[in-house]
Amino acid sequence: MSAPRGQQPATVTLAGDDLARDSATLEALWRDCPGFWGWLTAVDHKSIGKRYIITAFLMFLAGGIEAALMRAQLARPENTLLGPDQYNQIFTTHGTTMMFLFAVPMMTAMGIYFVPLMVGARSIAFPRLNAFGYWTYLVGVVFLYVCLFANTGPDAGWFAYTPLSGPAYSPGHRVDVWAQLVTFTEIAALAAAVNVIVTTFKMRAPGMSLNRIPLFVWAQLVVAFMIVFAMPAVATGSTLMLAADRAVNTHWFNAAEGGDALLWQHIFWFFGHPEVYIIFLPALGFVTPIVETFSRRKVVGYTALVLANITTAFFAFGLWVHHMFATPIPELGQSLFTAASMLIAIPTGVQIFCWIATMWSGRLRLATPLLFVLGFIFTFVNGGITGVMLASVAFDKQAHDTFFVVAHLHYVLVGGAVMPLFGAFYYWFPKITGRLLGETLGKWHFWLFLIGVNVAFFPMHVLGLNGMPRRVYTYLAATGWGPLNLVASLGATTIALSVLLFVINAVWSWMGGAPAGADPWGSSGLEWAAASPAPSYNFLHIPVVTSRHPLWDPIAERPVVTGLSTTRREVLITTTFDARPDSLHQHPDASIWPLYLALCMGVTFIGSIFTPYLVLVGLALSLIGIAGWGWTGTRASGPERVATPRPVTEGL
Amino acid sequence: MHSFFHPGSPHANAVAHLWWWMFGVGGAIWIGVTLVALYAAFTRRGSGDGLVEPPAAEHRRIERVVSAATFVTILILAGFLVYDFSVGRALAAHPQRGLTIDVTGHQWWWEVTYENPDPSRRLVTANEMHVPVGEPVQFTLRAADVIHSFWAPSLDGKRDLIPGYTSSFWFTADTAGVYRGQCAEFCGLEHAKMAFYIVADPRPRFEAWLKAASQSHQAPADPTLAYGERVFLASGCATCHSISGTQAFATVGPNLSHFASRSTIAAGTLTNTSVNLTRWILNPQVVKPGVGMPAVPLDSGPLTALVAYLESLK
Amino acid sequence: MPSVARAYRYVVVATVFATAAACEREERRLNEPPLSTPGAFVPQSPLQPGPTLVADTTEGPFDDNAYGTAEGQKLFGQMNCSGCHANGGGNMGPALMDDQWIYGSTPNQIFASIAEGRPNGMPSWRYRLTNQQIWQLVAYVRSLSGLTPKGARPARDDHMMIKPAPNQTPNAKPKNAGLPGASQRP
Repeated sequence: MSAPRGQQPATVTLAGDDLARDSATLEALWRDCPGFWGWLTAVDHKSIGKRYIITAFLMFLAGGIEAALMRAQLARPENTLLGPDQYNQIFTTHGTTMMFLFAVPMMTAMGIYFVPLMVGARSIAFPRLNAFGYWTYLVGVVFLYVCLFANTGPDAGWFAYTPLSGPAYSPGHRVDVWAQLVTFTEIAALAAAVNVIVTTFKMRAPGMSLNRIPLFVWAQLVVAFMIVFAMPAVATGSTLMLAADRAVNTHWFNAAEGGDALLWQHIFWFFGHPEVYIIFLPALGFVTPIVETFSRRKVVGYTALVLANITTAFFAFGLWVHHMFATPIPELGQSLFTAASMLIAIPTGVQIFCWIATMWSGRLRLATPLLFVLGFIFTFVNGGITGVMLASVAFDKQAHDTFFVVAHLHYVLVGGAVMPLFGAFYYWFPKITGRLLGETLGKWHFWLFLIGVNVAFFPMHVLGLNGMPRRVYTYLAATGWGPLNLVASLGATTIALSVLLFVINAVWSWMGGAPAGADPWGSSGLEWAAASPAPSYNFLHIPVVTSRHPLWDPIAERPVVTGLSTTRREVLITTTFDARPDSLHQHPDASIWPLYLALCMGVTFIGSIFTPYLVLVGLALSLIGIAGWGWTGTRASGPERVATPRPVTEGL
Repeated sequence: MHSFFHPGSPHANAVAHLWWWMFGVGGAIWIGVTLVALYAAFTRRGSGDGLVEPPAAEHRRIERVVSAATFVTILILAGFLVYDFSVGRALAAHPQRGLTIDVTGHQWWWEVTYENPDPSRRLVTANEMHVPVGEPVQFTLRAADVIHSFWAPSLDGKRDLIPGYTSSFWFTADTAGVYRGQCAEFCGLEHAKMAFYIVADPRPRFEAWLKAASQSHQAPADPTLAYGERVFLASGCATCHSISGTQAFATVGPNLSHFASRSTIAAGTLTNTSVNLTRWILNPQVVKPGVGMPAVPLDSGPLTALVAYLESLK
Repeated sequence: MPSVARAYRYVVVATVFATAAACEREERRLNEPPLSTPGAFVPQSPLQPGPTLVADTTEGPFDDNAYGTAEGQKLFGQMNCSGCHANGGGNMGPALMDDQWIYGSTPNQIFASIAEGRPNGMPSWRYRLTNQQIWQLVAYVRSLSGLTPKGARPARDDHMMIKPAPNQTPNAKPKNAGLPGASQRP
């Protein structure tokens, strides 16, 4: 492993080992196969993570194009750019893309790429499951967009309330496409969540006890648990109940046969509210390392930040009825959710206070990542305040389903998730690609983005309170909503321009930007000890961790773990709480079965829209895939190793 | 009036009041947090890679400040909560209500029925309703197909109309005027063009309107209007619409009994003028694509008579 | 990466095929010119003079259109067709879900039956509904016995479940080409 800045490598050579030969051997052992076949069979978490990030970013651009079309249509009253049918498909696809195909996958992708590096592991816990998650997600992406271009894009909104999304009022297969897309994204998220949980609990470097885990990893861990509890709700609702209502004539949401239209809302929002925190919490995990690095100090209140993350995750499951305040649910019950919705502002507030305190008592370098953090504070706090307003039942009855809510949700999602995400891109781009993103273009991107977001979304607060509901394809000139809509559309143009600058910056820098060393920012996390980009095996020797900020430890040489096999893919398993070395585990080689199984799931779920026979075919093919998966993966290479490697310090 | 910022009822007023407080305090917090962060950003800049490690005393001070800020946040939120609950309780009080209006949401129009214990005096209309000023009115809400939401921002918050549920709410309009509302739950193709009007009249004017609206029409004396009525009955209009006093009593589409007394056509989509009505009848799909009414192929003679007849239905 | 580009090319091809298939089914034809009637001659029985039988293979305009068929379902309820045809099972009027068609099962013949009316109680809807609405009803009525493409047939509606939804109905191929039994001839 490469050394902390300015220090000599602290690797220790056992007798006979040669550093260069070891790294070449490990590289050949852990890397993906070459060529197209290698691309299909890749299980390296960094390959999968990179793919995930790029695909999710393309989805961000697609969602952005849909948003641009919507803003172009709404810029003038009674505009004729888009008819109602096209507009309904576009706004539904915009929401679905951004929530299901960009936000959650991007956040889990960052976890997939960085959690193993940050905890000092060679690999993620279940590499093939990881690949399977990506391929399933990709099947969903292709499926949705092929259908959108085939005039079968979903058109009932990204949360598809019944009975509008039911069989009677959404004829054809548009909503079926939506329901099955949710299935694919949910499976992918679960695969990523399971991976993050097990990697974080069982594969940390020795010495990285639970109270030394980086806050990025804490955020990913908490979110992974949220995914495990929340995603099955939406899968049950959409894949099972809504798809069944539409295809095989069940009556879950049919009041005439004893069903209930509100049932959908409860099930969906039980997922839907945690979903936005699933998007938001990883972004908070990005903020801490950026603040630490660019304030040159350890963050204030590590324990408070961890507890705030966990508390937010718990509370997030108790808020869902605040999306349903306009329904005839008894007001006493609604009031409980008012209290919970206001309460959740407290842990988030604690986090913001800790970060500001860190910056206040540090020495700031206003590089682009930190600028995005400042932009996040400005934008997200606004969204948080309007969120507290919306927690009030009486006020929410005025603002619900209006552009006020559109403004709020964009302030918290764009401000609270996308801004930290852009900061994270600038911060970790060198680690992924080995090159730095341009600072000047970065600053232009930041300022245009910040201005664009506020010009686009602030007027929407006023529009909503002036009577403009959501999801309208046009409005009459006499309502007086024209001028502010035009301003919002101009802001959207500015956002588009800023994102274009980012894309130019990213492509240009990837191809020929300034080379970054292992640790261009002087950071504290373990991922900065690996090369940029990290080799396929992450760390030549697993580091031993003695504090929360390993690379800021004032020690001359870093202890490492040696003795992991160089002839088969082996990872170190450590205990859950104290990360003491526990056992060695063999990891699978590259495999085609994840892709195969993802395609089979595609056949099964997409086929279910058309005929039950395809479901049977898909399941049969999947069984073959599961058998193949279980039977392969590890190469036979010698007896099982049971020795526990000992941490080695200098001077052996 | 169509805005949260122009309340026309005590309910809307109370909520606006609550919101302005939240806006003030929340805005101050937002500005305060921003200023603090900006101050740190400007005054704490420095170069050099060395780490900053504040001494223990400084650290304890920082912790105390963060804790104090958290405590203040909790107090403010508690204050909001108490204020909000008290507003909610006040809004939930039920005075005795005289007038009950049933609203049923359809794709994409509002069916309005004025309840009356005497069924023969029940009044059915569409998209526009009158209420007396200063008296509480109860609305009973149902949906015929999908979820809609009844929202007149100047008068009260919105309530969803959900198939299978009957919900109700009430408010008092305390200022005379015309209040506009719009459907606020996405309900399909023409959700954007599903507005309604509530006209708040002083009691005497309301009584007069109610009396006029409850009356059936006599056969028109004017020959053009009589011809127009025959066109209405013969051209398929009566397949879906009803006009009291005629042979048309279908309930598929909006009741047109006093169509000329309404200010708009097609749930607020067009102003109610002869020109617009002609345009609408000839092809509603151009104005409101997807609406349930088909294009009615009429020649100009019958069409003119039909429009004149409809515009005579005060 | 050229091999990745190859993979994406397959996706494009799949998109084109899917587009062709799905476009017609999912089209919402909201504002189109008036549709025409079947024309002057629509036979009410399969009897034809001469040795050559002329088959009518004209398709209904909304037969493979999901939205149009669903609009037909809505109209079926609004125009109270169930008053005589009882959700397709037949009561005072003949069943529409079976394979017996007194006056023929082709789209043109069903259009004529609805527009002209038929003896023993079927009203004439020509001046009550537009051609487009009648064609939508034609598509729905044909879907009740599974004569339209499965993808375009409506699923259940949000009422009590009285009959299987049209998209679950097996194809009831018209028997004896619509020739009525002796007891049913007018």
